[in-house]
Amino acid sequence: MGVRQPFEKVVEQHGRTVLRVCRALLGIHDAEDAWSETFLAALRSYPGLPETANVEAWLVTIAHRKAIDVLRARKRQPAPVGELSDAATTLSLPGSGDDGLWEAVGALPDKQRQAVAYHYVAGLPYAEIAEIVGGSADAARRAAADGIKALRRYYPGATRKGAPS
Amino acid sequence: MSVSGDLFSSAADEDALARLRLRLELAAEAGELLDVAYTTVDSPVGSLLLAATPRGLVRVAYEREGHDRVLDTLAQRLSPRVLRAPKRLEAAAQELDEYFRRQRRAFDLPLDLSLSRSFRQLVQRHLPDIGYGQTRTYLQVAELVGNPKAVRAVGTACATNPLPLVLPCHRVVRADGTPGGYIGGPAAKAALLRMEALA
Repeated sequence: MGVRQPFEKVVEQHGRTVLRVCRALLGIHDAEDAWSETFLAALRSYPGLPETANVEAWLVTIAHRKAIDVLRARKRQPAPVGELSDAATTLSLPGSGDDGLWEAVGALPDKQRQAVAYHYVAGLPYAEIAEIVGGSADAARRAAADGIKALRRYYPGATRKGAPS
Repeated sequence: MSVSGDLFSSAADEDALARLRLRLELAAEAGELLDVAYTTVDSPVGSLLLAATPRGLVRVAYEREGHDRVLDTLAQRLSPRVLRAPKRLEAAAQELDEYFRRQRRAFDLPLDLSLSRSFRQLVQRHLPDIGYGQTRTYLQVAELVGNPKAVRAVGTACATNPLPLVLPCHRVVRADGTPGGYIGGPAAKAALLRMEALA
């Protein structure tokens, strides 16, 4: 029997996590374009998704590809994004206060940034991450560990921020 | 030690997500990917779920039917591309509002009857023939559709009406004058008949 739940539930359950993944991959400035592209592509192919699929891993895989598209487009047209010092002026979300963190994540090498986003933000196991980014699960684990170490150096306040729930 | 939870949380998420939801709704409609749009509206007979395909209004559901269960059924029977997208339901919401304000006696909306078949759909299509403020018995409706023996089937058609209010199955009553069953509950049926009788 088809037990595919309404797509609305997918947005409700995973929209927030995918937004954070997109911010980690692209910074706050381009994250919303990537989120929109991700959910529109997901909506398009949703009826064909196998019922046993891990929906969050599927969404993160789409977001991974969309983020690469955005980064390629960014390279083609020189835009003033990605500079640590620009953080405060490019922030479009009042009161978030996380701009420095997203910029620090953005300064990581690609592999580390992806591994941090997919493991620490999306909560995916390293085996799944290896399938998305290529390479081995061990390599993904090392990239995530190196990324977090670097983040603590760039952004020592990170672990004290936010309200633990 | 994990740094995940608090490291990446943000108070501004809600604003961003609300903005992104609206953007997704518009892009899905423009890209013809919005197979089922829905919204909920308040009414004197409780919260109503309204759902529409690109062809028209496909479902009106009372709260007692369980809105989540109704959405699951729509996903299964029509398409899982179901999104909360109030824009497509604006005309339906407005006509229902006018109806409950007693400023409207008939609905003029594109309808999609793909949730019902054959005899049931035939009965449902004829329900608007019963004018505002009037009632018919199940037998009279059976006669109206040319099948006077199908009284019980008329009852089933009313009980499974996917578009209550808009296709006014509440105007079909028992031969003894009592209201009889209703998909929105007997109290809602009585309230609607009372409201229409005021005219």
